[in-house]
Amino acid sequence: MADAALAIASAPDKPVQPDELPLLEAVGVTKLYGHFVANDSIDLEIWPAEVHALLGENGAGKSTLVKMIYGLLQRSAGEFRWQGEPIELPGPAAARAHGIGMVFQHFSLFEQLTVAENVALGLDNVPLAGLDERVAEVSRNYGLPLDPKREVWRLSVGERQRIEIVRCLLQDPKLLILDEPTSVLTPQEAEQLFRTLRVLRKEGRAILYISHKLEEVRALCDTATILRGGKVIATCDPRAETAQSLASMMVGGEVGAVRSDGQKKLGNPRLVVRNLNVTPDDPHGVKLDGITFELAAGEILGLAGVAGNGQDELFAALSGEVLADNADVIRIDNRDAGRMSITERRRLGAAFVPEERLGHATAPRFKLSDNVLITGHAASPMVRRGFINRAQARAFVDRITKAYDVRKAKRDPEAASLSGGNLQKFVVGREILREPRLLIVSQPTWGVDAGAAAAIRQAIIDLAARGAAVLVMSQDLDELYEIADRLVVICAGRLSAPRQTRRADRGEIGMLMAGVGMKGAGHAARA
Amino acid sequence: MEFVEAVLLTVITASTPLLLAASGELVVERAGVLNLGVEGMMIVGGACGFAGAYLTGSIAIGALCGILAGAALSAVFAAVTLGLAANQVASGLALTILGVGLSGLIGAGYVGQKIDGAGHLYIPYVTDIPLIGKVIFGENAFVYFSIALLIGIWYFLYRTRAGLILRAVGDNHASAHALGYPVLRIRMLAVLFGGACAGLGGAYLPLAYTPFWVSGMTAGRGWIALALVVFASWLPFRLMVGAYLFGGITILQLHAQATGLGIPSQLMSSLPYLATILVLVAISWVRGRRGSPAPASLGLAFVPDR
Repeated sequence: MADAALAIASAPDKPVQPDELPLLEAVGVTKLYGHFVANDSIDLEIWPAEVHALLGENGAGKSTLVKMIYGLLQRSAGEFRWQGEPIELPGPAAARAHGIGMVFQHFSLFEQLTVAENVALGLDNVPLAGLDERVAEVSRNYGLPLDPKREVWRLSVGERQRIEIVRCLLQDPKLLILDEPTSVLTPQEAEQLFRTLRVLRKEGRAILYISHKLEEVRALCDTATILRGGKVIATCDPRAETAQSLASMMVGGEVGAVRSDGQKKLGNPRLVVRNLNVTPDDPHGVKLDGITFELAAGEILGLAGVAGNGQDELFAALSGEVLADNADVIRIDNRDAGRMSITERRRLGAAFVPEERLGHATAPRFKLSDNVLITGHAASPMVRRGFINRAQARAFVDRITKAYDVRKAKRDPEAASLSGGNLQKFVVGREILREPRLLIVSQPTWGVDAGAAAAIRQAIIDLAARGAAVLVMSQDLDELYEIADRLVVICAGRLSAPRQTRRADRGEIGMLMAGVGMKGAGHAARA
Repeated sequence: MEFVEAVLLTVITASTPLLLAASGELVVERAGVLNLGVEGMMIVGGACGFAGAYLTGSIAIGALCGILAGAALSAVFAAVTLGLAANQVASGLALTILGVGLSGLIGAGYVGQKIDGAGHLYIPYVTDIPLIGKVIFGENAFVYFSIALLIGIWYFLYRTRAGLILRAVGDNHASAHALGYPVLRIRMLAVLFGGACAGLGGAYLPLAYTPFWVSGMTAGRGWIALALVVFASWLPFRLMVGAYLFGGITILQLHAQATGLGIPSQLMSSLPYLATILVLVAISWVRGRRGSPAPASLGLAFVPDR
């Protein structure tokens, strides 16, 4: 290992050797979860001294693929080849033995241990003695300053990521996998990371770079493989592509069936948001910056955006999980609602469907009849003078079941026992059947099969037709094109100007999602 | 002079079972498993230890029986909480109830029987040094073993790779799994080790402390051992200090009663627990934003995805 550290120390002088064989090759790699195909016959070649981007939306199968490469998941079919030879990767230790290192998206660090101890845990058979010095040396050589004796809980996010990278580098890897490394970094920290990665490439190491930030990929990567729905859609040179063309490959180029019904008659503004600024408590959160929009009765507004650009924060501010600084920045039906609690907002006729079905929208171990009370307690006959009317609650569950075809084993099971799609139908149905005048729904058809998704979309359209105002946050652009009257895009906590869906160009929306052409943007996508 | 020596001797003999059992539990909890069944494993270890020593006439074989019995009982706990991911608190409490019942059954035929207790070290002249001679050089083998065990545990946890991995598993089992460490196997070994230590601590009572068997002999020492681990904030040497402190309080309370101090004995016996609460408050006061010193994954079930 001392030799390896030395090799790293002197590595920048090492000549880059031409190779005839790809370093790592995936041939028809498939991963099944039951009937769900997470990876569908993936073919991929990674060459030495190449920065290879793996692009795709959330749920496209990127993480599943790299977990198989790192030995954390086992493939259902296909094969991996390392320098031409078929290999088995039964566990991370086997992957590391071949020279594969991985920097995780959610750090695999141990808070109460020191930097050096954390590094030691990622290395196989390394003596603890003298490790402090080697960690300090490697971190210096690559411009990743770290104090080996500090405990992790004292460190910033950027420093934590450096630990992971140093840990990988001490193993002298041939292939380094980075799973959305900049999603948690400040722009300055990201710059520093890119410099380090370019040095690594110069040393002949291959880097598999997972991201959905297009400008970043165009600036850094030599090759890009684009995944959508678990399939390889294309392999290309990102520098020869535009952010627009990459975006359309990522989100699906085919233009969905645009709603053909004529001009709708819209009512008065039901939700008015004026200059909403929210600074998140969570240091990894996105700051909302001057969010302004109006939502009229009868209208469906689609909010597009790549995950983690402020959708969660906006949802929390609109639902009342996080209060705005001033009451008048959020107005519901002409009432200042910015400082109102969730329950008060529900009493104004608002309803909310958060993205996370289990744990946010429902209590997993509660029965469905208890889960209808979670949102229905404020304004319904299910609760009278503090007493619960169980018969009413169960009857409401039955109504949802009937209206939305919720499949379940018994009349009133625990929420956690429902399949994802059925639980989503239950959650959406629970809110829509209360006939809200304002519905805010995040990822309405996430992980739901096509039939159920169509039913949910129809229910949203029907609700708007009855005069409700609906805000749909979704990463599925096809879905937004199908149901929304107008589109806005959120990127890095800022909102674009709204566009009529029928006139909105898909490529342009993709660019806005990547932060290109956003007013005051540019910092988010600079690389 | 002789009184002080007598107090010191009794403090050490009273503290040793606590130290043995708590040392094992410290390793278990460092691996992220909360085994509340220490009392049950101790008492089964005591009954089996006495039976083994009575039948063979050997204290060593008795101690071995205690170790194996404690480990066997902890294997049940490991199977339920690690294999089936059952709730650790409930399983641990059930283990104690099971152990107390089992010990009554095993020990039924031995109640009132006597054996020759464990012998004491005697080095001519050295052991005869006044005051400290008998305290340091005149103890039984269990006492020396318990101290060696604790030093060994410290060395293991902080100076070996395996110990580092064990601490990592207790701190964040998901990360440990992501790095390829066998979380459940490491935890199982830790639980078995904890069971063996508890069994030995229990066996100490009828083999060395009072050389006969009565049912319910552990009398809550398993619970004190659990409190000790928290008191020590999961640090080995603080555990040793705590064990002798708790043992000392127990003994002082007996002496205090003998001298006729007007303090109710119930209040005195509750002192170890009061001390634990006070120490916990003090720790969270000092640590501030660092939060609890407990292993972060303590008591959480781990189910690896496939």
